[in-house]
Amino acid sequence: MGFLDIRNVTKSYGPVEVLHRVDIAVEEGEFLVLVGPSGCGKSTLLNMIAGLEAISGGEIAIRDRVINGVHPSKRNIAMVFQSYALYPNMTVGQNMTFGLEMHGVPKPERDKALAQVAKLLQIDHLLDRKPGQLSGGQRQRVAMGRALVRDPDVFLFDEPLSNLDAKLRVDMRTEIKKLHQKLGTTIVYVTHDQIEAMTLSTRIAVMNKGFVQQLGTPKQIYDTPANIFVATFMGSPAMNILPAKVQMQAGAPYALITDSEGAPQFLRFSQGNLAGWEGRDILLGIRPEAITDPEGADRKSANIVALRNRVTVTEPAGADTFVTMTLGGRDAIARMRADASAAAGQEFDFAVNMEKAVAFDPRTEERIAP
Amino acid sequence: MSAVTQDTAVSTGRIARVFFYLILVLFALFYMLPLYVMAVNSLKPLSEITGGNMMALPRVWTLEAWASAWSTAQIGVEPTGLRPYFLNSILMVVPAVAISTVLGALNGYILTKWRFRGDNWVFGLMLFSCFIPFQIVLIPMAVTLGKLRLAGSVPGLVLVHVVYGLGFTTLYFRNYYAAFPTELVRAAQIDGAGFFRIFWRILLPVSGPIAVVSVIWQFTNIWNDFLFGASFGGTSQPMTVALNNLVQSSTGVKEYNVHFAGAILAALPTLFVYIVAGRYFVRGLMAGSVKG
Repeated sequence: MGFLDIRNVTKSYGPVEVLHRVDIAVEEGEFLVLVGPSGCGKSTLLNMIAGLEAISGGEIAIRDRVINGVHPSKRNIAMVFQSYALYPNMTVGQNMTFGLEMHGVPKPERDKALAQVAKLLQIDHLLDRKPGQLSGGQRQRVAMGRALVRDPDVFLFDEPLSNLDAKLRVDMRTEIKKLHQKLGTTIVYVTHDQIEAMTLSTRIAVMNKGFVQQLGTPKQIYDTPANIFVATFMGSPAMNILPAKVQMQAGAPYALITDSEGAPQFLRFSQGNLAGWEGRDILLGIRPEAITDPEGADRKSANIVALRNRVTVTEPAGADTFVTMTLGGRDAIARMRADASAAAGQEFDFAVNMEKAVAFDPRTEERIAP
Repeated sequence: MSAVTQDTAVSTGRIARVFFYLILVLFALFYMLPLYVMAVNSLKPLSEITGGNMMALPRVWTLEAWASAWSTAQIGVEPTGLRPYFLNSILMVVPAVAISTVLGALNGYILTKWRFRGDNWVFGLMLFSCFIPFQIVLIPMAVTLGKLRLAGSVPGLVLVHVVYGLGFTTLYFRNYYAAFPTELVRAAQIDGAGFFRIFWRILLPVSGPIAVVSVIWQFTNIWNDFLFGASFGGTSQPMTVALNNLVQSSTGVKEYNVHFAGAILAALPTLFVYIVAGRYFVRGLMAGSVKG
């Protein structure tokens, strides 16, 4: 039993079920990120934890207290909204202590909590200003401060960084992570940005079409995606998903895949349990960084396979160069060192790290677990 | 070459501008003419009006007509002047404006932030009330006031005007609050503020412009209303009815100077409201229509 328990929760609008049997147990101090494309139900789930939307089925409990039907203000949660939702007529200080005031906390205690949080977030010099006089980043801090002052059991963040410009977003991301490490609070964070999800979370729930597709640590999600949706949603550029066939040679499974000339290439799997798939089609998933030039290959990997193939396009991106080629009849992207010598139209020796490769069942799109 | 063109552009602009201002001043003067006639003639003795030029300035300046209109002129059968009726109007208009504005604000708040099934229908029906002419509701209103035993009293008139004004005030506040971010209400809910606390602490402080619109609109309409006042006023008739009784009396000499003074007295409060709050009026009307 966790600190925040989401047990078999569903949400329906009339006959339409938009969230199906979500089951997540969040431990105290965990940073859970709900990530997914628009309309996947992540914000709905967050609003249900907050009490802003009714729970159609199942139950949500905080510290073993079931909170279905409990008023938002009595759940001991605080929420940071995408638009910050700062009260325009109140000063920063009043904004931050409004919740405490509503809960009947006496003024001296409110002031003490305010001073503490304002110092922590370095907004003590802004307390007498109105939200309209603040910059985007400052508003963001105030919105977080308003949540922190309450000292709640669970913090809820609804896409808090999506209104900031790119540079500030990265800074605030680090800031939030620091804050979490320092305070050890329990956080549920909604975003559609997979990089935010990867960098911030201790665990990620990837959602699509009202289902939790996979729940796990960032590493689990990234290295062993449960299905093709998770594999392609997390990571940029997305994982290469390439049609291949399984072939056994001397007892070991190989992926048989066609290169840019249509000639067969054999890539030996590290995963041993594919004998049952001999002769059948699979989808081979390889992350771009697992296809490199031979010098850039992972030295610790026990299974680097050489592959000669023709380069279609190269895209230098500063730190890396992305190289596109045709593999299995589809475009595959390789992530090379910036000074790799691959050139468009020429053949090049690639190194494929098959330890990182995953196989998917083309019918169910689920991963074939090792 | 370019200097020459610029020069002509400036001078044509100057000529055009003088021309525009001239036209605007002419229109303004034309518009002010009735007020001029009223003011000038209210300050003359009656003999100057009957014996001569309406447009001329008074030869003898006097406030006699004003004093008479206010406290001694014959209204109907009583020589009371307009004073008691002025008080009736104040007693009617202040509560009626306040109640209809507060209720309109609450309606707008509920219709946008506490939405319920069929709320748009409710709003549609309330909007519909804005298009119902006064005359249609006269008889049902008379019956209602009779049943409530409010006929012929100031509270009765207050009720009539609150009911009639509610459609407008609801429309104003609903459209204003529709542009107000709902996330703020949600944040306040999580902070622990209840229905009225959110209204009082979060929404009302930013409702200034639209409240001004509502007050001006309601004040003008209620103060200037004649039909309801004449129909349901009974012994406590408002200013407009009294002014009519003063001006339309068919016996005795027509005291035009007193009539003019009375008419200005009747128009003063609305004039005052416009001058004090007018600059918020346009701002409030524009608010919500354009974002930002």
